[in-house]
Amino acid sequence: MFNLAGYGPTILAGTLTTIELSVLTLAVSFLIGLIGASAKLSRSRIAVGVATVYTTIIRGVPDLVLMLLLFYSLQIWLNDLTDALGLDQINLDPFTSGVITLGFIYGAYFTETFRGALMAVPRGQMEAARSFGMRRFYAFRRILFPQMMRYALPGLANNWQVILKATALVSIIGLSDIIKATQDAGKATFRAFFFSVLAAVVYLVLTTATNGILLMLERRYAIGVRKPAL
Amino acid sequence: MIDIIHQYWRAFLYTDGYTMTGVAMTLWLLVISCLIGFCLAVPLAIARNARNPFLRGPVWVYVFVFTGTPLYVQLLIIYTGVYSLSIVQHTSFLNAFFRQGIDCTLLAFGLNTGAYTTQIFAGAMRDTAFGEIEAARAIGMSGFTLYRRIIIPSALRRALPMYSNEVILMLHSTTLAFTATVPDILKIANDANSATYEPFWSFGIAAVLYLCISFSLIFMFRRAEQRFLAFLRP
Repeated sequence: MFNLAGYGPTILAGTLTTIELSVLTLAVSFLIGLIGASAKLSRSRIAVGVATVYTTIIRGVPDLVLMLLLFYSLQIWLNDLTDALGLDQINLDPFTSGVITLGFIYGAYFTETFRGALMAVPRGQMEAARSFGMRRFYAFRRILFPQMMRYALPGLANNWQVILKATALVSIIGLSDIIKATQDAGKATFRAFFFSVLAAVVYLVLTTATNGILLMLERRYAIGVRKPAL
Repeated sequence: MIDIIHQYWRAFLYTDGYTMTGVAMTLWLLVISCLIGFCLAVPLAIARNARNPFLRGPVWVYVFVFTGTPLYVQLLIIYTGVYSLSIVQHTSFLNAFFRQGIDCTLLAFGLNTGAYTTQIFAGAMRDTAFGEIEAARAIGMSGFTLYRRIIIPSALRRALPMYSNEVILMLHSTTLAFTATVPDILKIANDANSATYEPFWSFGIAAVLYLCISFSLIFMFRRAEQRFLAFLRP
């Protein structure tokens, strides 16, 4: 029954692609989320407006629609740009556009997570850091960020699970990830059921394992917090 | 853009001349899968909170598996995987069911949203105030009446904000139906794109339609919350 029919290496490579894609997407959307959250909490009206439009539209439109829209449009826009500048055509591979589009989409969800977390940190913390003479960025890195992470982690864990599951969609735009590998194997060996279930098991292992890591992180960031004994 | 609207507006909204397509199809998928999910979730949420491990265990496994794997994989298992089994192909009833893309899609969507909804409802039931249950027991309610009169009505109301989130996410998930050849909004947009090579406008129109549906759902749920959660207002 447990016979991979020589597709073991392909499936392993696909699994690694899925993991790489999710981790890179997490990094990109984490950055976009931090920028978006600071824009939303800033005093500039334009920044608040742009960030609000971004999060509202992205979270109101299904990710698959945005993914197809951006995947097909990005290449056309890039071609227009290189034509206008008189450069050679740059081809975007599915992996890069996958990371860009998924990062752009989930950046909106991270913006909301970080906004809530930043607002949960008492205002006095930043004021105290500033009055000590810390520069803005330094104060953010040493004071605001570690405290914010505690509030952000549950939301972040949730977003990570969603990203991991959303990477399944990139096989639709032609990336050879775990889904593509198992589907190909299933078609070639006429055992589509076995190989589809195998893909599901791989995902289940990934989500469960990373959930454990995130629980550990949550404990790490909550180290100075006393829990009331009920 | 005008060309696409001119040529595809009917398909985007309700029909391509042969079958139901576009917005009508997406809403149909959403309503049916949410109905299946809801009907599954209420009894399963009760079982999830039961003291008997033989009731609790299987529901835990169901929720764990369906929330831990992507919906796309579940759809692939049901649509391409199950149909490749020889038992299914040789049983006429199963064969007829699993050959239709829409049947498989609704089954996968219903089971998926059922798992998430079970989790939401079970959480809300667990949060029922202890005193309410105590009071109900004190006036002599049996287990069934207790659930019917006290726990379920109160839990469903308190679950409404979370449930509205789940319905919006389900709307977003219905886009996967086009991979099983169901002609929803995204399928029409994909057709328009292949015919015109204008991805931005083809998918942009789809995005605007989805945005409108999302906003109307949010508006409806907000009204429902005002009505059903009035007792929680400070």
